[in-house]
Amino acid sequence: MQDQILIEMKGVQKWYGGYQALRNVDLTVRRGEKIVLCGPSGSGKSTLIRCINRLEPIQQGSIVVNGHRLDDSIKAIDVVRQDVGMVFQSFNLFPHMTVLQNCTLAPIRARRASKSEAEATARKYLERVRIGDQAEKYPAQLSGGQQQRVAIARALCMQPKVMLFDEPTSALDPEMVKEVLDTMIGLANDGMTMICVTHEMGFARQVADRVIFMAEGQIIEEGAPEAFFRNPQHARTRQFLGEILAHH
Amino acid sequence: MAPHFGLAEFGFLLRGLQWTMLLTLVAFVGGCTAGLAVALLRTCGHKGVEWVIRIYIGIFQGTPLLLQLFVVYYGLALTGLKLDAFVAVAIGFTVNASAFLGEIWRGAIQAVPRGQTEGAMALGLHYSSRMRDIVLPQAIRISLPATIGYLVQLIKGTSLAAIVGFIELARAGQIVSNQTFQPLLVFGVVGAMYFILCWPLSWWGSRMEARLALASQR
Repeated sequence: MQDQILIEMKGVQKWYGGYQALRNVDLTVRRGEKIVLCGPSGSGKSTLIRCINRLEPIQQGSIVVNGHRLDDSIKAIDVVRQDVGMVFQSFNLFPHMTVLQNCTLAPIRARRASKSEAEATARKYLERVRIGDQAEKYPAQLSGGQQQRVAIARALCMQPKVMLFDEPTSALDPEMVKEVLDTMIGLANDGMTMICVTHEMGFARQVADRVIFMAEGQIIEEGAPEAFFRNPQHARTRQFLGEILAHH
Repeated sequence: MAPHFGLAEFGFLLRGLQWTMLLTLVAFVGGCTAGLAVALLRTCGHKGVEWVIRIYIGIFQGTPLLLQLFVVYYGLALTGLKLDAFVAVAIGFTVNASAFLGEIWRGAIQAVPRGQTEGAMALGLHYSSRMRDIVLPQAIRISLPATIGYLVQLIKGTSLAAIVGFIELARAGQIVSNQTFQPLLVFGVVGAMYFILCWPLSWWGSRMEARLALASQR
């Protein structure tokens, strides 16, 4: 079970017009693995995870999620999105709905859950991200950190097999970063499979099984966090780590 | 001796007002329904469909409404389809409104941040749910001031229906004025009726706009 492959990307190539965003990316993620993706802006790390739930189409290569091969068919995309939760940099909560409605919409619409069932699940996950008392509020009434925790709960309500995090703390005020990271650490400790695009190297050290460094659309190197931070193999990685660790 | 402007004449104007309101209602409801389809097709992501809808919008925005009414009323009559004046102008205004409202809502749909659609897609929501639950509720809010503004234009614009012989408020005023030789009084009353109809809507629209501006600052 532990070694079961959840995501397999092979030879993935992606272009935006003439610009190549992903170059021959191979990535295998096992069930329960926590992966941190880092790299300079424009290196393709966000693009990579956005391909996993088909927010971006790829031009070459293959992506298999939980045994389902992702192609252009609506059915395949559907099946994969049921298994993949995503948290965005800009939260993307629905501003015209309460926190509870944000969390119950997808289970009701996409999983055909009953309203009471969906609300019970939503309250459970809102409790878990320690925001259960805000269920009736609208997103705009919450702080950024609270909003991001709602976004995490909302994704969890679909009971995904893997969670993708796209720079979840980059839009937050510094004092709110910790509450979101703590929530993510809790999730990791519960055994959730996670791929996180983040510059929070403390988080990477604490929870990651592997840290992957990307530049110019390619995976340059990867390794366990200790080895990765202490002894990076490539000059490009050393330069990047030098730049971001200088500020921490 | 010409009749004076009295109760009978006022009643005639009121009936004209009723026709103006009915025509506006039909054109607005029909225009909203067809306009929603126009807006959705215009943003559907299929290049060919979007191109066809763009031409549709271009034709109705780029030619005079008067001409469009002529085409429906006289043009269709030439093909053997003789329409009642009300039906003809109702069709004309509906089609015209669908193009204008469709374009207003196209803009509003595109003004809803991309992240909303992406958030919904990541949750596995289908197109119908994404539109119904996420995008349209926000787009309608954004478009409300412009939509109300268009409704006010539509009310006043229905006076063009007089051209094919349909007696709405403006045409009724013309008739009464010709009978009574009291144009100032008659058109004063007609103008007041339009004003009473339009001003509250304009007021509501600008209030809505101010409230939206305030909400977006938060």
